Amino acid sequence: MIKIKNLHKNFGTLAVLKGIDLDISQGEVTVIMGPSGSGKSTLLRCINRLEEITSGTVIVDGQDIMDKNTNINMIRTEAGMVFQQFNLFPHKTTLENVTLGPLKVRKMSRPDAEKLGRQLLEKVGLADKANTYPDHLSGGQKQRVAIARSLALRPKAMLFDEPTSALDPELVGEVLEVMKQLGREGMTMVVVTHEMGFAREVADRVIFMDDGIIVEENTPEEIFSNPQNPRTQGFLRNIL
Amino acid sequence: MLLVGMKLTILITICGLVVGFALGALTGLLKISRNIVFRKLAGVYIESIRGTPIMVQVMFIYFGLPMALGMRIHPMVAGIVAIAVNSGAYIAEIVRGAFQSIDTGQTEAGRSIGLTHFQTMYYIIWPQALKRMIPPLGNQFIISLKDTSLLVVVGVGELTRTGQEIIAGNFRAFEVWLTVALMYLVMTLSLSQLLNYFEKKMDINK
Repeated sequence: MIKIKNLHKNFGTLAVLKGIDLDISQGEVTVIMGPSGSGKSTLLRCINRLEEITSGTVIVDGQDIMDKNTNINMIRTEAGMVFQQFNLFPHKTTLENVTLGPLKVRKMSRPDAEKLGRQLLEKVGLADKANTYPDHLSGGQKQRVAIARSLALRPKAMLFDEPTSALDPELVGEVLEVMKQLGREGMTMVVVTHEMGFAREVADRVIFMDDGIIVEENTPEEIFSNPQNPRTQGFLRNIL
Repeated sequence: MLLVGMKLTILITICGLVVGFALGALTGLLKISRNIVFRKLAGVYIESIRGTPIMVQVMFIYFGLPMALGMRIHPMVAGIVAIAVNSGAYIAEIVRGAFQSIDTGQTEAGRSIGLTHFQTMYYIIWPQALKRMIPPLGNQFIISLKDTSLLVVVGVGELTRTGQEIIAGNFRAFEVWLTVALMYLVMTLSLSQLLNYFEKKMDINK
């Protein structure tokens, strides 16, 4: 589904990713952990080309994202992105946020798009908020709308960039619940998060990154109970 | 007679600002485009207009340009062009500022659902930026309205010019200038009210 080979990313002279190799297969849930500045978010953002890669290849759904013949807008609809800061469109209602992609990118008719939008809002438990503006929603509700907005494109994979880090603790659960459900439905997911509970319950694999490289990867059971690399051990000690 | 002048003032202001807004919006977007040539061109326009007095611009357009081009230009046209070109430079900076004040996360979210760069600008950034532009635009509109009084120098029969002509006949400077001032005030206050109305209308959080 997603194949990354020898990916390098520099910001000016600063090397943020120093040779990442990663294969993510259909239906797999991958959790990426690591200290801040380790390149987790950058890696995620390289997958849908929100960041231009410096060298290496990224192949999403069989298409090289750097290939001139690849329509990057279509790749982005196949790999939906959920942001830490939600980034809902404040001038549009919840329903309009969700239907914008189907209407303008998928060229769906308005009734079809609204039907899909309402289904997805119901799926994330916000059917009654269809006509509410984002400013009137809690953080957890906003993030669930953001998930519905991405799902509205019917993506083959979902990328989550610290989706619960900006939330009050009591609101984290409702967002994780939606994500768990997605994982159980077989969505391919790449999740940058420090939520160990989520990783244990849903992840097929946990990747630990530090200083721009993948230090260790394993099943959640193995990596949490028996981390091999000293940097992984140190990090897990700190967050537990 | 003053009402005729007032009508002309309104006409010049509206035409000048419609063209000025289009010019400003275009230039403002060029100023933040990825193409360095566009950015430089926009920069030269903005700086040269902001850096010279509007009185000089008016005289240059009415007396200077026709000489260089070997053609006559109607004073009304010169007036409208002057207001448009002048306000366009300031509006460009207002547009640029409003666009740049929108969080980059909005662009990223738009692009990440597959919208093109243009669609993201049109559906996501522009509506939010427009709302933030209204207060500074209001300022600029009022300044431009009052700037039309400078067109006396090229003989456009707008409100100030009309006032001068009346005084030349009856010498009642106090009454006439007071009336002229009040008429400008009526126009600027109406403009403020109109912009207030738009601002309220765009506020979705009421």
